[in-house]
Amino acid sequence: MEKSNIQWFKSGMKNGIPIALGYFAVAFSLGIVAKKAGITAFQAGLTSFALHASAGQYIAFTLIAGHATLLEMVIMEAIANARYMLMSCAMSQKLDSSVPTWKRLIMGYFITDEIFGVAVTVPEKLNPFYCFGMASVASPGWVLGTVFGVILGNVLPLRVVSALSVGLYGMFIAIFVPPARKNKIIAGIVAVSFALSFLFNQLPIFAGISSGIKIILLTVVISLGAAILFPVKEERQ
Amino acid sequence: MIYLYIFSMALVTYLIRVLPLTLIRKEITSTLIKSFLYYVPYVTLAVMTFPAIVFATSSIWSGIAALVVAIVLSWYERSLFQVAMISCVVVYLMEMILV
Repeated sequence: MEKSNIQWFKSGMKNGIPIALGYFAVAFSLGIVAKKAGITAFQAGLTSFALHASAGQYIAFTLIAGHATLLEMVIMEAIANARYMLMSCAMSQKLDSSVPTWKRLIMGYFITDEIFGVAVTVPEKLNPFYCFGMASVASPGWVLGTVFGVILGNVLPLRVVSALSVGLYGMFIAIFVPPARKNKIIAGIVAVSFALSFLFNQLPIFAGISSGIKIILLTVVISLGAAILFPVKEERQ
Repeated sequence: MIYLYIFSMALVTYLIRVLPLTLIRKEITSTLIKSFLYYVPYVTLAVMTFPAIVFATSSIWSGIAALVVAIVLSWYERSLFQVAMISCVVVYLMEMILV
């Protein structure tokens, strides 16, 4: 049964709700960082709408506070957000080649870890309206979270912020566990990813590596290894 | 000045996100690249989740509890929304006792 654009948009909005709540929590703490960097609520909200990037914005606010040069910021931003290029490549393969450029231009604007994760794991071809639906709910959560973080950084009880902060991870888990249950290779790859990620986190030699770089490095190495060892047969995906 | 900073960073980030999506129109035929891109989402999500979830909360134990509960619920294919919300509730309840 073919879903219409409106149906895709609606189910995107529904899946956008947990993203928005998680975003609100993460962006809230980002707002607190922004405030410390001397950035106003408006500027922080604008940055959130312009970047939609957690690690990228954390770097941005820290660099602004440290009076970095424009060139430094642009380079750091490119490194921190390089993983989106990988996601964008993967997403391009989920789209029908007939999807027009203007839809791709909008989709590209809203590629985040979460929207990508939910969008790219649909079994069928990806309808751009699914992404638009998610973005329409998730983006305001991100922007408002940042603004509220600046304005009332220390009003919301810590326990609430702490609880909300696992929402995004819970969602990630809900995305990769079901396929891992059905496919042993994916299950193994998830286990290896957990182990290496933990190692990267614990070993002192990797302490200087930012989380954005860590994510892209591990993604490339593990995915490439998996692709060489377990090439995907033609009919699936 | 700060607006120039924001604009420049936004431009770089947008180009990174949008170029592959608009330029790669054809289906990639190389099995290696296809397989690589097929595994990318699972690896990225797994790497971002662990161990970050354990250190995201005020107490490691509530983070571990959230991880376990989320895996069990996802195993039984509960929706994204349910898994995310119940994880949050678990942390909240545990931290009422722990913190």
